Amino acid sequence: MDFSSISIVSLLATLMVAATPILLAAIGELVTEKSGVLNLGVEGMMIFGAICGFIAAVETGSPLIGFIAAAAGAAALSLLFAILTQYLLANQVASGLALTLFGLGLAALLGHKYTGIKPPSSPKLDLPILSDLPVIGPILFNHDYMIYFSILLVAVVWYFLKFTRKGLVLRAVGENHDAAHALGYKVIRIRVLAIMFGGACAGMGGAYLSLIRVPQWTEGMTAGAGWIALAIVVFASWKPWRIILGAYLFGGVTILQLNLQAVGVDIPVSYLSMAPYLVTIIVLVIMSADRKRASLNAPASLGRIFHASN
Amino acid sequence: MSKLLRLNGLTKAYPGVIANNAVSFDIGTGEIHALLGENGAGKSTLVKMIYGLVKPDSGEMEFAGQPFAPSEPRAARQSGVAMVFQHFSLFEALNVAENIALGMENPPRSNILSKQIREVSAKYGLTIDPDRLVGDLSAGERQRVEIIRCLLQDPKLLIMDEPTSVLTPQEVDTLFITLRKLQAEGTSILYISHKLDEIRTLCEHATVLRGGKVVGTCIPSQETAKSLAEMMVGAKLQTPKKAATELGQPLLKLENLSLQSKDPFGTSLRNITFMLRAGEILGIGGVAGNGQDELMLALSGEELVDANAISLKGEFIGQLGPTPRRMRGLLAAPEERLGHAAAPDMSLTENSLLTAFYRQRLGRRGFVNKQASENFTKAIIQQFDVRTPGITNTAKSLSGGNLQKFVVGREIVQNPTVFVVNQPTWGVDAAAAASIRQALLELASNGAGVLVISQDLDELMEVSDNFAVLAEGRLSKPQNAKGVTVEEIGLMMGGSEIA
Repeated sequence: MDFSSISIVSLLATLMVAATPILLAAIGELVTEKSGVLNLGVEGMMIFGAICGFIAAVETGSPLIGFIAAAAGAAALSLLFAILTQYLLANQVASGLALTLFGLGLAALLGHKYTGIKPPSSPKLDLPILSDLPVIGPILFNHDYMIYFSILLVAVVWYFLKFTRKGLVLRAVGENHDAAHALGYKVIRIRVLAIMFGGACAGMGGAYLSLIRVPQWTEGMTAGAGWIALAIVVFASWKPWRIILGAYLFGGVTILQLNLQAVGVDIPVSYLSMAPYLVTIIVLVIMSADRKRASLNAPASLGRIFHASN
Repeated sequence: MSKLLRLNGLTKAYPGVIANNAVSFDIGTGEIHALLGENGAGKSTLVKMIYGLVKPDSGEMEFAGQPFAPSEPRAARQSGVAMVFQHFSLFEALNVAENIALGMENPPRSNILSKQIREVSAKYGLTIDPDRLVGDLSAGERQRVEIIRCLLQDPKLLIMDEPTSVLTPQEVDTLFITLRKLQAEGTSILYISHKLDEIRTLCEHATVLRGGKVVGTCIPSQETAKSLAEMMVGAKLQTPKKAATELGQPLLKLENLSLQSKDPFGTSLRNITFMLRAGEILGIGGVAGNGQDELMLALSGEELVDANAISLKGEFIGQLGPTPRRMRGLLAAPEERLGHAAAPDMSLTENSLLTAFYRQRLGRRGFVNKQASENFTKAIIQQFDVRTPGITNTAKSLSGGNLQKFVVGREIVQNPTVFVVNQPTWGVDAAAAASIRQALLELASNGAGVLVISQDLDELMEVSDNFAVLAEGRLSKPQNAKGVTVEEIGLMMGGSEIA
């Protein structure tokens, strides 16, 4: 075994790449859950976004159009969930699971012809001097634009929820939908928009996988990233900045296990691949051990069906 | 006096029921007008139409001389109508200032708003800190938040739906002072309450609704509480009476019971000690959120406590769950009818099975005896006059009063040794409330011990032999209910012990 071949610099740089799909999906789901809707279909929306983005990027040759198509496609898919749960009052858990299965199947169907193709490569940030700095350059200033966009998005969501009136209304709807309705806020409209925002984010997360991280289309390529994103929302106790922490922690463990595999650590590969998921479970258990604190942050109307009864 | 709001022939029908039938009355400028009626009389629907939550099928309103047809609450608020809701429309996880901002059309920046909140609260004697989390506030403080939210918009008409049901007598006095101050400034108030004494002291005019129609108007100060109640019900009322009985053996003893609340906004119980004897009704008063729910959970067995903290006829039962406690004769009916005491979507028979399966032997070897459980359910319905089309109807299809009669009746028919009930007549109309109280009194005179937890002081004074108050998780020493005055109780509710 030769641990010296693991370079800390490249480890940290690839960590951000590994974490970004989950980060994007999780920040979207956070907004959805803050409005009081539990959408378990993140996995399905991610993979649908992955194939929509891949097809659009391959056909037009522009990764940017790919990402826009991914956001639009997954938002359209999430609209299905929104109609089921908000207008037809279907159970959110069951609808979310159905959305995941539907998304996986539909993506496989659409992607049939696109297996084995390489997508157009995405431009990377290249700042004079900064990007050429040793150590800091490759870690911070030499990534594709989506990584910076994802961090900016977290900042925007944080500002929106904490300081704007629309953010306050969104939180109020998630906290007590009956009271919000009595005050005259449009609970259903707000929730539909939040669900679509969650869908668009999940779609971009998926497209990041197929266009930048892998970059290729394979069936079922999200491989549970959507579920991890759901777990990270709880891990972050519905606070935007902690989403970054959770996603990067998960990304770090993933990259570390890949590197350990590469240097031939004497542990069966299956255990190493399990590690990120195991760490997620352990952290979730620790987080929810203190039920009082966990339930303080959770939106009180989360997962409850709203029906205006006059 | 000029008229602020005129209602003319307002009608609103829902499938199967006419909630409001040609309702007409006026509210003058600077008048406190009472709206009286039993549950289901159509008060809420009427108020919702004025506040823009519901559109009337026909009829028109006039506000300050202008035609008034608000399409949504926002429009009503802009015209100068503000409303304090019965179940507060507040958000527990948000702070006071955020809650107030949500009820305003164009809230100023948060630091300016905080300043305005402090000004208004000082002016009307409604002390509140804008930065506190609403979940940490008492019911009285929460109501202040609602009222301040309304006042910041300079309303011309303030609608108050059952505002005093969760307040201590002292808090009620403070509220009335505020309302009179508002009235003196020319604000009209539409005051909905079933507490008739309050209406008699506060309101200048009253309109009585029954079955969606206006059945009378009166000047409350010239009526008695009894005559007002009879106008609401449309029949003569019987006051429940208790046959004088000697108190017998001690049945239920609590000794230093403490319980950590699982609810982040709940109250933990601390060293609760009391004794309940055969034939006794012990009333436990206090403002909601002072440990009532936790005490209920500890007694019913939903939360386990120290084995020695609770004993029933000398047997320590603190570590037993609900079913073994029921088998030993300790039965309980919790406060929340739908969702806790009864499963909303299940039929009445299924609901009666839920608490009576073992005690009434409604099945064998895990199988349900359909005949026996149906007969048991029919017995409840008959004895307690539960109005329902049949035993297969779901719990949620019953009106509040009927479901409450069912929930209380289900336990009483099982012949409890000790019966614990939380808020036996919350939101129940006068006739049903009287029959439930009568049933509790009869149960006690047959030798059972009854523990009544309630926020309705009049109710507790009416039924209790002994009386104690829960304040911040502590129980005052029980004392004879005949000897205490309302002032003393108010002080106990505030947490101070009386000598």
